[in-house]
Amino acid sequence: MSRVNAPAAIEHHERHTGKTVLTVVFAIISVLYIMPIVIVLYNSFKSNAAINVGTFALPNKESFVGFSNYVNGMTVGEYPFVQSVAYSFLITITSVILIILCTSMAAWYISRVDDIVSRIMYYLCVFSMVVPFQMVMFTLTKTANTLTLNTPWTIQIIYLGFGAGLAVFMFTGFVKSMPLEIEEAAAIDGCGPIRTFFRVVLPMLGPIIVSVGVLELMWVWNDYLLPYLVLDRTKYRTIPIHIQYLQGSYGHVDLGAVMALIMLSILPIIIFYLSCQKYIISGVMAGAVKG
Amino acid sequence: MKPIKRRSNAAVNSTLIRRPIQRCFALFLLPTMAAFCIGFLYPFIKGMYLSFCKFTTTSNAKWIGFANYQKALADPGFVHSFVYTALVALVSLVIINVLAFAVAYALTRKIRGANLFRGVFFLPNLIGGIVLGYIWSMLFDGFLANYGTSIVLNTNLGYWGLIIVICWQQIGYMMIIYIAGLQSISEDMIEAAKIDGANGWHMLKDITLPTIMPSITICTFLTLTNSFKLFDQNMVLNGGQPFVFQSNGTVIRSTEMMALNIYNTFYLNANSRGVGQAKAVLFFLLVAAIALVQLSATRSKEVQQ
Repeated sequence: MSRVNAPAAIEHHERHTGKTVLTVVFAIISVLYIMPIVIVLYNSFKSNAAINVGTFALPNKESFVGFSNYVNGMTVGEYPFVQSVAYSFLITITSVILIILCTSMAAWYISRVDDIVSRIMYYLCVFSMVVPFQMVMFTLTKTANTLTLNTPWTIQIIYLGFGAGLAVFMFTGFVKSMPLEIEEAAAIDGCGPIRTFFRVVLPMLGPIIVSVGVLELMWVWNDYLLPYLVLDRTKYRTIPIHIQYLQGSYGHVDLGAVMALIMLSILPIIIFYLSCQKYIISGVMAGAVKG
Repeated sequence: MKPIKRRSNAAVNSTLIRRPIQRCFALFLLPTMAAFCIGFLYPFIKGMYLSFCKFTTTSNAKWIGFANYQKALADPGFVHSFVYTALVALVSLVIINVLAFAVAYALTRKIRGANLFRGVFFLPNLIGGIVLGYIWSMLFDGFLANYGTSIVLNTNLGYWGLIIVICWQQIGYMMIIYIAGLQSISEDMIEAAKIDGANGWHMLKDITLPTIMPSITICTFLTLTNSFKLFDQNMVLNGGQPFVFQSNGTVIRSTEMMALNIYNTFYLNANSRGVGQAKAVLFFLLVAAIALVQLSATRSKEVQQ
């Protein structure tokens, strides 16, 4: 836009109308694109019977039930929804913090101490990225049970272990591009490795922490199969497990309440997305380039 | 001078940086390493071993050689799931990449509201497969009820339903990568091409597409591996239904993809766990092979540029 070309008042005008048309087209497509979520949203205010008759009809005077679906949703199914939400938050937040802390330290060690152990660890991490979960599904579950890593307070170790690959890989790539001189200066000033890491290195890792954090957060929050197999499901459930149990009883369950619960499950994601869209998209981009 | 300086540098590094960190091995590397062994390495090796065993639980394994692999490859359900997965992967690959590129191309034309549109297209990506699958399964069934059918009653509907869900979820993600690629095309090159009289089609064919080849490679392989590893959406939306009963008594779950087939082999029948583990190893080799091809494809592109 800043470069105004001389030979083109008409062309400019045409391009301008072209852009307006494009904007209108995209506005329509965008509305259609989020339609599924909008439909769930307005269905969550309709009565169960009304949803069964017409899923796509907007709520009217008869079918509108206010927030009663949300109230019913709290008790639908044999497990309290609030508890699933609490466990989801607990597991996600603690796992992501643990992953970021441990793998950034490991990545620093790997980049600065270039010995045989570091190299093996690094290549194993890269290797682990191409291994699908089904490969370790059964044995990992048994290992977790044996070591009592099957509770919401210990499953973080499993997430650290299985999620380490990508995190170590991304952190190592970043640390290797950081100038060594700063750490040398810190060392000359008498900083030990621990102080150097937490006072000098960690603050410089900001952007990559955001990238790794976003990727791991999206993974752990949405993960279904790992917690489903590892956790004792009678006692502990996360949101995806909760939703899957509702679907298992499809047809016998209050659809209005289900719609309300689905809205509540995606609400944290939408809030998170709206508040840090910039970081999420840049994080995804950084991760995608690595594959 | 040079070699001496370098050596002393290395010596300084070694005493200043390397040795002290090495002494803190237990703090820095050990926690991740231990968790990695528990969460990945040990289960992986044990899984490899168990694929050659007959077992119902990890403690009663009995070595039987390649019998599990023979059974896995002779299982029509597994072969069907491979073909089905490949069909899903190829069709979704084409649709996702064409649409994602088209959207990215349009949104980088500096149109109004581009950021908002980008945000909308990306949103489905953040919703997990289970919730996503459930949303669509309700929508499809709400629609199909008018025609007296359901997504789980018809293999074709199940296939296209799954394609819609995958595309809806991933177009935004690939769009972001394409946008990054398109934004990296230098203004000078576009300017030069315009002066040389290139029209829109030539610009796209000769400037845009060659420059964003790396993005195309990344997106192609990402969509491919995503489809091969797909589990949650497949389980919630189709669950393998409708089932087709064979004349010899076996069942083919017609909309079952590989990951779900492996899962079902493990957990529907405890006696077929060895076969399940063998299938998992084959599945792993397949996914790893795709990743290797990708790696060499990206490498060769880097050399060219």
